[in-house]
Amino acid sequence: MKARIYITLKSGVLDPQGKAVHHALGALGFEEALDVRQGKYIELELADGTSEARIEEMCRKLLANTVIENYRIEI
Amino acid sequence: MKAAVVVFPGSNCDRDMAVALRDVAGADVEMVWHGEASLPDVDLIALPGGFSYGDYLRTGAIAAKSPIMQAVVKAAEEGRYLLGVCNGFQMLAEAQILPGALLRNANLNYICRDVTLRVEDSDTRFTDSYAAGETIRIPVAHHDGNYFADAETLTQLEDEGRVVFRYLDAVNGSQNDIAGIRNRRGNVLGMMPHPERLVEEDQGGTDGRGLFRALASAFR
Repeated sequence: MKARIYITLKSGVLDPQGKAVHHALGALGFEEALDVRQGKYIELELADGTSEARIEEMCRKLLANTVIENYRIEI
Repeated sequence: MKAAVVVFPGSNCDRDMAVALRDVAGADVEMVWHGEASLPDVDLIALPGGFSYGDYLRTGAIAAKSPIMQAVVKAAEEGRYLLGVCNGFQMLAEAQILPGALLRNANLNYICRDVTLRVEDSDTRFTDSYAAGETIRIPVAHHDGNYFADAETLTQLEDEGRVVFRYLDAVNGSQNDIAGIRNRRGNVLGMMPHPERLVEEDQGGTDGRGLFRALASAFR
């Protein structure tokens, strides 16, 4: 089985990389891009039957830093 | 005084740290590989600067889960002294031994230069050789030194006087210009600037010596 993990910065956490990407989009003429927040996407190949609780634990213990990041799991 | 410097794959300030601890603090220094499960019996553990695990995932994140880190956390809980510099500070934050996180510098640049710090808390065993409010010149060399904590944590750090070093001028976007913080008990210090890089005149200055002299007198 496969799980997809989306990791995003919490609102209120400064995202200088997103800002730089936003700036570059603006320079290319994409004025309709109003803001950019950059995150991470992680694909996990898992043993069949792995519980969502175990995946949650992976996110909390390593994949995301919950001080600054949120995560979303798709199975 | 006995000290251990933990070496991770990608550490690059471990030997400078060992030299400063040996030559200035007069410590017996043992280098400990991160894969070890236990620490030697020491007064101080230092987590050095560098790029452990190539900064993969997040700076300090994978090092913070190394086998040795369980022993480091336990030692700190028992009251042993723990110093994290640069990547070492990032590990302490990732291991949640110290609050907050170190984000990418606000201007996205890798910043490598001397900066002026104000010693905010000179009442610790790491800093009592400095005067409160003294300004010192110490180098920084980091890409991810932008200190972030939620508003509540930040207020708590300030109210409890746990900001140990503060940048005199904005350097990397850190909230409240925080350069270094300690835990409540005062036995854990994390800081982005590198005191071990300025301990001999040959290095261009000696403002970093104070930290190692303070440790020397604490563990005579």
